Amino acid sequence: MKKYIIKRLISIIPMLLGISIISFGVIHLAPGSPVDSTTTLNPKVSFEAREKLIIQYGLDKPLHVQYLNWLRKLVTFDFGRSYSDGQKVINKIAVCIPITFLINILSISFMLLIAIPIGVTSAVKEGSFYDRFMTVFVFVGFAVPGFWLALMLMSFFGITLGWLPVQGITSLNFDNLSVCNKFFDIGKHLILPVFVSSIGSLAAMSRYMRSSMLEVLHKDYIKTARAKGLSESKVVYKHALKNAILPIITILGLSVPGLIGGSVIIESIFGIPGMGRLFFESVMGRDYPVIMAILVIGALLTLLGNILADISYSLADPRIRYEK
Amino acid sequence: MRNSKNKLALFGALMVGGLTLMAIFAPLIAPFNPSDIDIEDALLSPSRAHIFGTDHLGRDLFSRIIFGARISLSIGFVAVGISVLIGLVIGSVAGYYGKSIDTILMRFVDIMLCFPSFFLILAVVAVLEPNIINIMIVIGITSWMGVARLIRAEILSLKEREFILASKAIGASDLRIIVRHLIPNAIAPVLVSAVLGVAAAVLLEASLSFLGLGVQPPTPSWGNILMEGKASLGVCWWLMFFPGFFILITVLGYNLLGEGLREYFNPKKKI
Repeated sequence: MKKYIIKRLISIIPMLLGISIISFGVIHLAPGSPVDSTTTLNPKVSFEAREKLIIQYGLDKPLHVQYLNWLRKLVTFDFGRSYSDGQKVINKIAVCIPITFLINILSISFMLLIAIPIGVTSAVKEGSFYDRFMTVFVFVGFAVPGFWLALMLMSFFGITLGWLPVQGITSLNFDNLSVCNKFFDIGKHLILPVFVSSIGSLAAMSRYMRSSMLEVLHKDYIKTARAKGLSESKVVYKHALKNAILPIITILGLSVPGLIGGSVIIESIFGIPGMGRLFFESVMGRDYPVIMAILVIGALLTLLGNILADISYSLADPRIRYEK
Repeated sequence: MRNSKNKLALFGALMVGGLTLMAIFAPLIAPFNPSDIDIEDALLSPSRAHIFGTDHLGRDLFSRIIFGARISLSIGFVAVGISVLIGLVIGSVAGYYGKSIDTILMRFVDIMLCFPSFFLILAVVAVLEPNIINIMIVIGITSWMGVARLIRAEILSLKEREFILASKAIGASDLRIIVRHLIPNAIAPVLVSAVLGVAAAVLLEASLSFLGLGVQPPTPSWGNILMEGKASLGVCWWLMFFPGFFILITVLGYNLLGEGLREYFNPKKKI
């Protein structure tokens, strides 16, 4: 097991190299330069100042030299400084990551909490009215555009009813609140973003859960369990559920890139200062160092998610061995 | 049409067909010119004259949505066309030639799959100019990996079959074997994934246009109608409700149709 984990972790390195080369190429080969927004559009900036900026950012060097310079710094976790405000990229990201993580972890938990019972119950009652209703519900849930749902809920709960805040993660008077109220304040701000970001994967996951459960329920060992005279609930929740939940772990690992990508829209709509919004702003401002850093970190998280899924899969299912 | 699943697929096909007809015959259906500005009629709620109401410039929302269908659906189709084409080429080359070519191409697929794809799309769109053609290309080149994997897997199992050995024996070229014999036999799962892909591409286009990085106004697309409607959030519900609703039924229709096709081609595997 240890050997396997080490091997997988080492395999991340060439993948990350490939990812960084593609990202670097895509961003830098595009026409236009990051100094345009501060120079060409501003008549007060002289040609010399523009040249100076280009040299300062190292944009005058050939592409492969720029890439190697970037890579050399990366080894020491130095992502450079942001073009827009001169802050260290790593500090900017460190502020944003916890917020995005919090929202994603909450929405994964919420999603599993709802999706697994839906999947299990519709598999047990296969073909019933409940099952058919849930099928339709799942297809609709899967098709709802997240940003549209976000706006509709915002306008209903936030503006029409005035129950929930619509922007940011804290109220204006946050600093004056007691610890307990601070907690509730953040919670209130997170209800809508968490709900919206989990709805798509909720639909997909309950579908996977249902089909996985159906497959298990037709296995011989379930017949054996029934033949032994076990109660139906014991058969379903002890024998079947344990086995049916295994594939879900893998799917959860694969859903990481979607969650990270989805945070762009959720965070832009709700004005949440997380990774997604930082990325969006950097893209708009052509802030190369920040864009590169977030692409690489996002890909790293994806790779780690996949490895974690494989490892937990093998821990959960003793038949799977990754030795050698 | 035995069970409810087939009914759902039929329902999906009807929705897809209806929306496509709507897009094709947009000029005949739309009661107004979608870009006619009439400030005096701005922000009217739905009425008999304007069944979906009007936007902040007094343009008829129903007409804009119908013409938006043309943009949104054609982006979906072309983007999927591009991704299927790339996927077919890469997948069949990897599957047919195998060995190191296969390893290199599949590693490349793995790398592409590791990008949080929306981040990659945003980065590419932002450095290119956001317009309809670029959106199609960008969605296409970031979503071909599934097709490549499907076609490779099919070809790996097909290429050892006797009919392929036979055509090799009579001296058919590699290109001919791939294009005439392998791909037609491996196309079913690709078709399913293409239908599902249209839904995903429509959703992506809407998200991009909503962020202002997609189709640029005044050309109407469902995403940018929503973006413009955001300004009157909580006041004019119709400006957001209707475009989003059309995105919803489009995605729903294609998903239902895709799932139905999957079941038709492969009745054993249920999702």
